[in-house]
Amino acid sequence: MLTKRIIPCLDIKNGRTVKGVNFVDLRDAGDPVELAKQYADVGADELVFLDISATLEGRGTTLDMVLHVAEQVNIPFTVGGGISSVEHVDALLKCGADKVSINSSAVKRPELINELAEKFGSQCVVVAIDAKQIDGNWKVHLAGGSIPTDIDLFQWAKEVEYRGAGEILFTSMDHDGTKNGFANEALAKLSVELNIPIIASGGAGKVQHFIDTFKEGKADAALAASVFHFGEIPIPELKKELKAYNIEVRL
Amino acid sequence: MMKLVIINYGAGNIKSIQFAFKRLGVNAILSNDPEEILNADKIIFPGVGEASTAMKMLVESGLDTLIPTLKQPVLGICLGMQLLCKSTEEGNTKGLGIFQTDVKRFPNDLKVPQMGWNVIKELKSNLFSGIKENEYMYLVHSYYAEHCNETISATDYGLNYASALKHKNFYGVQFHPEKSSLAGEQILKNFLEL
Repeated sequence: MLTKRIIPCLDIKNGRTVKGVNFVDLRDAGDPVELAKQYADVGADELVFLDISATLEGRGTTLDMVLHVAEQVNIPFTVGGGISSVEHVDALLKCGADKVSINSSAVKRPELINELAEKFGSQCVVVAIDAKQIDGNWKVHLAGGSIPTDIDLFQWAKEVEYRGAGEILFTSMDHDGTKNGFANEALAKLSVELNIPIIASGGAGKVQHFIDTFKEGKADAALAASVFHFGEIPIPELKKELKAYNIEVRL
Repeated sequence: MMKLVIINYGAGNIKSIQFAFKRLGVNAILSNDPEEILNADKIIFPGVGEASTAMKMLVESGLDTLIPTLKQPVLGICLGMQLLCKSTEEGNTKGLGIFQTDVKRFPNDLKVPQMGWNVIKELKSNLFSGIKENEYMYLVHSYYAEHCNETISATDYGLNYASALKHKNFYGVQFHPEKSSLAGEQILKNFLEL
């Protein structure tokens, strides 16, 4: 049976991990390769690297980092952040990234999804959607959640699937950073209405939240950052707990 | 020294395969040169992307006629495996016909692509030496090979299908050993030792 995936997310700036990582036995907590290897060793199913470099030079350094991760890490990984062209995706995939994640650029120019799916295949196109509820309606937000749009989450998700995305990474801004659990109602609706895998993101604080997002939220994968980086939820224990709740995971 | 060639016909993400062998201490050469391919000890036939486009690239480079004549161990990975079958529903594509089976699209009541870690079982080849039944492998695919006499591993995703095939010196795996952690590395190591 296909297992549910646990995905740590690392923020990358100028080729280094940022936003505090507190791992024991790590010589250099800023080194993405070392961190990625450690996560692969403890049973992470995939990794996501989010490039938050502001400059072209920083993005170039990230490309170099992708190459080193691919060289040394034996699980799949996705790279996202500021990707807006076929050429950029081509460069990332050539460096060994398995998938890319696009967000604002897809909203601004939805054809990008078609172009990427046709050229590289749907399997490597993840569309990330940031949304929050405004008057009870889920609205898509851009630029890391800072710019609201009038676009409905569910309509956009369907369009994204229709255009050839292989997967959706849905972050609820209402939940992100709260550690109060994932947006399970919206996730379940996405999962039922769509026919591609859905990754839940935003709100992980304890093990129960992962159980809930897989059971109630019907998510195919769950992504989190700080609870993993600070060792609050060790991945081996998390997976054992999930298994105890009859959620299929890779142990 | 062993000469390992990865057939380079424009299909995606061969870097990962090259790196996986590098981690095993083997330098894999990327090539579309018939002579180099014919002289290799072992050959990897990769593939990520769309079947009809990939087949077109094989035909244009003449590799479609070369590959079936190979006598050394060949490992088709993912789309590479599917292209070694008789046909695939993806783009209504005729395959190279090594494996006597057809490739179909997963039914619409399933999430497609199947993406993530699933188990392989009923293992039947020395390609799987040291691999336990129900070992996890990483898979990303929308199309699957139907079972046939050449099935050497099975996987369930809504239905039961052939996740690996073998015919004479030809091996095919639907999963990505290069992305499947230690168990995947073991399979690549086994292939090198065939």
